Parts: sequence; structure tokens; C-alpha cells
Amino acid sequence: MFNRFGFLASAEAGASPVIPKPAEIIVGFVAFGILFMLLRARAVPRFEKAYKDRTEAIEGGLARAEVAQREASEALQMYKAQLADARGEAAKLREEARAEGSVILEQMRATAQEEATRITSAARSSIEAERQAAFNSLLNEVGAIATELASKIVGESLDDQARQSRVVERFLAEVEKSK
Amino acid sequence: MHTLLSQANPGFVPPSSADFDFAPIFGNSILFTKPVLLVFFSVILAGSFFTLSARKAAIVPSKLQFAGESIYTFIRNELGRDVIGPEFMRFVPFLFSLFVFILTNNIFGVVPLLQFPTMSHIGFPIGVTIFSYVTYHYVAIKKHGLKKYVTDICFMPGIPKPVYLILTPVELLTYLVTRPLTLSMRLFANMFAGHLLLLVFTLGGEYLLTSGLILKFLSLFSFSFAIGLSFFELGIQALQAYIFTLLTALYIAGALADEH
Repeated sequence: MFNRFGFLASAEAGASPVIPKPAEIIVGFVAFGILFMLLRARAVPRFEKAYKDRTEAIEGGLARAEVAQREASEALQMYKAQLADARGEAAKLREEARAEGSVILEQMRATAQEEATRITSAARSSIEAERQAAFNSLLNEVGAIATELASKIVGESLDDQARQSRVVERFLAEVEKSK
Repeated sequence: MHTLLSQANPGFVPPSSADFDFAPIFGNSILFTKPVLLVFFSVILAGSFFTLSARKAAIVPSKLQFAGESIYTFIRNELGRDVIGPEFMRFVPFLFSLFVFILTNNIFGVVPLLQFPTMSHIGFPIGVTIFSYVTYHYVAIKKHGLKKYVTDICFMPGIPKPVYLILTPVELLTYLVTRPLTLSMRLFANMFAGHLLLLVFTLGGEYLLTSGLILKFLSLFSFSFAIGLSFFELGIQALQAYIFTLLTALYIAGALADEH
């Protein structure tokens, strides 16, 4: 069959196709050489660069995400700890304030009580003194008045009721006037 | 079918290797034949496509970059990393160029208007094979030294001595002759046969179309076969580019291995 197509013997068609033409070997060699140099210089390094960049972008992205994640969780932990600290601090302060407040309140109450007692006693003693003074002066005056009244009564007749009351009234008016 | 055709019109000339010969497009220069121009066109095409595709090297690739990068990554990982091993990066540009060059030239076989797989001219596969051949020998000699390399090929360790009588010539032949021969021959023969097959159905269809009424109808089958086979050929063209690159990678991996 191949013979029919002139594969082995090609009497009618020049050289057999398995006999290479030197020019074509050279052309094949040179052409491939050119393409090889071109692709080695222009295509392969660029494809490799894209490949490397992509790998780095993906791996770098993952690494960056991991770092961010870790930082975020660290920050969260820190904030939580700080919040707990602050809460504890606040509770402590409140407790202290309450204790302090009750102490102050107690002190104030004691002071007020003291003051009240002092004022009350002062008032009481001053009233006592006034009363004493009044009593003293009243005692003197009552004595004098009584003496004077007696002398008056004795000096006038005491027989009728009208006169008697007139004398007393006059006496009282004199007392009033002399004051 | 042959007899039928002969009876219908004895003028039908089946396609032959003569259909692979192209006269120079202008002048007498052998540099201006269709296959040679196609080879240089493939360099411009593939070179500019991958240069443009790789130019931006963006992390988020455009469609163009994605297309170029997919092919590159396929060769880099499937044929470079997985076959050669830790030292693969040195050979990625070579394997990548190899695959791209052969693939482009093969696919020319089914591209409308171009419609010629340049690798069906054996000179071109040979030109490329020289690179593979030199590379795997050079890598081995550089890695192990010439003496150890030759000794390892000629006297494979761990084999009973009398076996060397048979094994040594076979091994020598494999490394020096069979490998490059099969590399270039496989590629050439696949492309040659594929193109010939397409020619048979296309020229056959064309011939039938110019024949009697019933045969005109038959040409429909012939043409649809040619179209179907074109898609089949596309698969083979990609596969052959892959096989050539895979075998080169395997030879390099063998050269780097400690024992041959």
C-alpha cells in the first residue's frame, strides 16, 4: 500500500520522502533555535514570575490574615482583661466610698448630736440663770412691794372694800410708774 | 474501490509523495518553498503569541495570559517536574519550546489555506531531534563525566558478564542511533501518513465530483470523511508533539539518573 503511494520507491516523484534535504535540517535547526531563545528570554521567565507572584500573593495573604487574626484575638483578650480590671477597680472604689461615706455619716451624726446636746444644755443653763435672776429680783421687789403695800394698808383704814381695792390699785399704778 | 475508480475514469492519479514536493515560490532558492516559509511562520506565530501572553505576568491573568500560561504550566509540571525531577527547571524552556514548535507546525496540517504539516518533511524533525540528542548526551556527560557515562552504557551494572556480549551493542545502538532515529521518524511518519490520508479523501472527493452523477453523490461521503479525519488528525498532531517532548524529557531524566 505504501508502495503504491510511493513511500518506499518514488520513481515518478523525485527523492524518497525519508531522505532528508540538508537545507530543511538546517532550517528546522535554526528556526527551532530562534524560537527556543525567544521563549527562554521572553516567555518562560515571565510565566515563572507570574507563578511566583501568585504563590506569594496567596501564601502572603494567608499569612497576613493569620497575623491579623492573632493580633485581633490578642487585642480582644487585652480589652477583656482591662475591662475586668476596670470593673474590679470600680467595685472596689464603690465599696471604699460606701465605707467612707458611712464613716463620715457616723461622724456627722455624732457631731450633730454633740452640738445639739451642747446647745440644749447651754440653753437650759441660760434659762436657769435667767430664771434665777428673775426670781432674785422678784424676791427683792416682792419684799419691798409687800413692805410698801403693808405700810400703805396700815396707814389708811381698811374697813371698806372699795377703799381697800383703791389702795391696791393705786399702789400697783405707782409700782407701774416707778418702773 | 481502486478497480471501480479505474473503470470510471482511468485518469485518477492517487496522491503520492510527489504531493509533498513544493517548487520554490519564487526564484530557485530552496529557502522560499512552502514548508520552509511555514516553519519560519510558526516561529513568528508561536513566538509572538507566547511573548504577548507572558508580557504582563499578572497575578490575575487575562484571557490571553491564561491561554499561554495553561500550555506553559502543562509542560512545566507534567513533563518537566513530574518526569525530570528536582533539576527540572533548567530544561523547562527547552521542553516548552519543543512542544510549542512541533505543535504549531503539526497543526498547520489542518489550518485552512496553510494545510500542510511541515513535520511531514523529515528534514525538520531531524533538525529538532539534533537538539534533543545533543542535550541528553551533554547533560549525562556533564553530570557523570564522559568515562562513567560510556562505561555505564556499555557495561550496565549488575548484569552477568556474558550478557554484555548482546547487551552492549544493543545499548550502544539505543543511545546513539535508535533514539534519535525513532524520535524524528515517528514524528515525520505520523505527519506524512496523516496528510496523505487527508489527501486521499480530498482528492478522491474532488475527482468523484467531476465524474458521473452517482459518483458525485459519493463525493459527499469522501469529503465528510476528510473533515472527520481532519479532527482526528488534530488529535494526532497534538499527541505527536506531546510524545516527542515526553520522550526527550524521559531521555534527559535518564541522563540525570545515577544509573542508566
